[in-house]
Amino acid sequence: MSTLGHNQGLAEKAYRIRRTALQMGQVQGQGYIAQALDIADVLAVAYFHAMNIRPAEPEWEGRDRLYLSIGHYAIALYAALVEVGVIDRDEVMNYGGDDSPLPMSGMASYTPGMEITGGSLGQGLPIAVGGCLGLKRKNNPAFIYNLMSDGELGEGSTWEAAMSAAHWQLDNLIAIVDVNDQQADGPSSRVLSAEPLHDKFRAFGWHTQRVNGNDLDAVVAAFDAARNHTGKQPRVIICDTLMGKGVSFLESRDKNHFIRVDEDEWDKAIAALDAEFAA
Amino acid sequence: MTITKRSFPKADPSQTRLKTSAMIASIAGADQATKPAPFGHALVEAAKTRPNIVGLTADLSKYTDLHIFAQAHPDRFYQMGMAEQLLMAASAGMAREGFIPFATTYAVFAARRAYDFICMAIAEENLPVKIICALPGLTTGYGPSHQATEDLAIFRGLPNMTIIDPCDALDIEQAVPQIADHPGPVYMRLLRGNVPLVLNEYDYKFQLGKAALLRDGRDVLFISTGLMTMRVLESAKELRADNIDCAVLHVPTIKPLDVDAIVAAASKPGRLVVVAENHTIVGGLGEATAAVLMRAGVHPAFRQIGLPDAFLDAGALPTLHDRYGISTSEISRQVRSWL
Repeated sequence: MSTLGHNQGLAEKAYRIRRTALQMGQVQGQGYIAQALDIADVLAVAYFHAMNIRPAEPEWEGRDRLYLSIGHYAIALYAALVEVGVIDRDEVMNYGGDDSPLPMSGMASYTPGMEITGGSLGQGLPIAVGGCLGLKRKNNPAFIYNLMSDGELGEGSTWEAAMSAAHWQLDNLIAIVDVNDQQADGPSSRVLSAEPLHDKFRAFGWHTQRVNGNDLDAVVAAFDAARNHTGKQPRVIICDTLMGKGVSFLESRDKNHFIRVDEDEWDKAIAALDAEFAA
Repeated sequence: MTITKRSFPKADPSQTRLKTSAMIASIAGADQATKPAPFGHALVEAAKTRPNIVGLTADLSKYTDLHIFAQAHPDRFYQMGMAEQLLMAASAGMAREGFIPFATTYAVFAARRAYDFICMAIAEENLPVKIICALPGLTTGYGPSHQATEDLAIFRGLPNMTIIDPCDALDIEQAVPQIADHPGPVYMRLLRGNVPLVLNEYDYKFQLGKAALLRDGRDVLFISTGLMTMRVLESAKELRADNIDCAVLHVPTIKPLDVDAIVAAASKPGRLVVVAENHTIVGGLGEATAAVLMRAGVHPAFRQIGLPDAFLDAGALPTLHDRYGISTSEISRQVRSWL
């Protein structure tokens, strides 16, 4: 972590998000852990740098909202919300179990801090268009962050929303696209290529940035630029990420949408994460 | 594979053929009393005391009477473009922020194209989005692309969804404030333009979730919804001439169904029960009624009047209503044949 300067505190948060996510994966024996590891840096920046929230009041009207369009990333968001203090750490041990408030796929009615029911991909961004229109009607200055994935860009509704957000000049909308180049049937670039993404969003009228989503300094700068941009346009931060980030043997594992982790590997993964963070 | 082309009879120049009516043709008869744009005017009225009502459409404001609202409240109207998935999801987003969105399009586009968005973004979270859709059932001769013959079947399976099929202008204007105040999502089939006014002749008020016995009768019990209620009321008058005495139970709320009223009416002995709906006979009011009666142990003679399980023809609406058995004269003919 020696490359980090003033964002050392965020690195610690990202590490803790990864560690909690791995613990949940261990409880359940499975999970979208590679995605959780790749997005932890983005979530650390969102919740501990960018977003205006009150952990004791998850429904506070003035809060910035983060929509988890990619419901299967819930394991990562729960870990972040544990760090934030919105979810009780004890719930981690119930992750994905019967009658748990932390189901495998994020649902708004189950979990404090979970703004929408995601999971049917391609819904978060169009819901966010309506949410942003609603915030503007109320003169509420909050932002909506919509966390989505590269695979989700195949859904036509995403582009209906992209067009609409620019049409309505939704400068309170910040989309974050996790480009890990994996979806259910293989690399996103081969399943249905969405590139060149930067050009596409720019052509749709968006303020567009593309960063290494595992470079905390770059992610912080991108969030700052997105929030401070004065143009009357929606913002997107395209984040190239590495699945399994932070656990070397998972980073190098054959890339898969649903990465296989054997029963005896969870402890090793947590130990590896601890060691790599300490190094 | 090769699509088999249909063959058609050669036009006989000595005979007049009806032409396909405009897509949004009024269903009103020539001598029928009507009211213009009852939905649009009722929404303007409801919005006066409900500042959180907003209107959204997918390029069909003029064809769903939402333009009346847009003219009255331009700052509360959102033109979302020809994007029904966005329309529904954005309405959900507005509802999340405390608004009551009235989202309008054609019934086919809501039920078919936007279903997953209505299901997951709206219904799963029980958000108060009001989906108001024109061209229900067979109300256009434009063909299957615009004929929503199965919308009720689709939405009946959706938890949390309240479904309304109004009969006339009175039903629509009385339903609007009630569905605005209902805390969950609502799907309402819309008659637009100059909409017939029929129910003012009866001692009737629209009540969400309630069926209403419009007339009693000895021989036949019509259980009907939507525009078919006006048709069976006309048929009941025709059948008087044959000394056939018909009751009419109007069921404007398809879900939740007024089970008590249906079971009570169908329990009266000696009557043929005829369910009439502007919808495929699959999965609509007819099958819902049959299930309700089976569960209640009530077993009257039972018939359905509705659209066939088929993609329907294009053509003139009066021709099609005759062809598929939902015109007044065809209703009367079928009832006579069953008695």
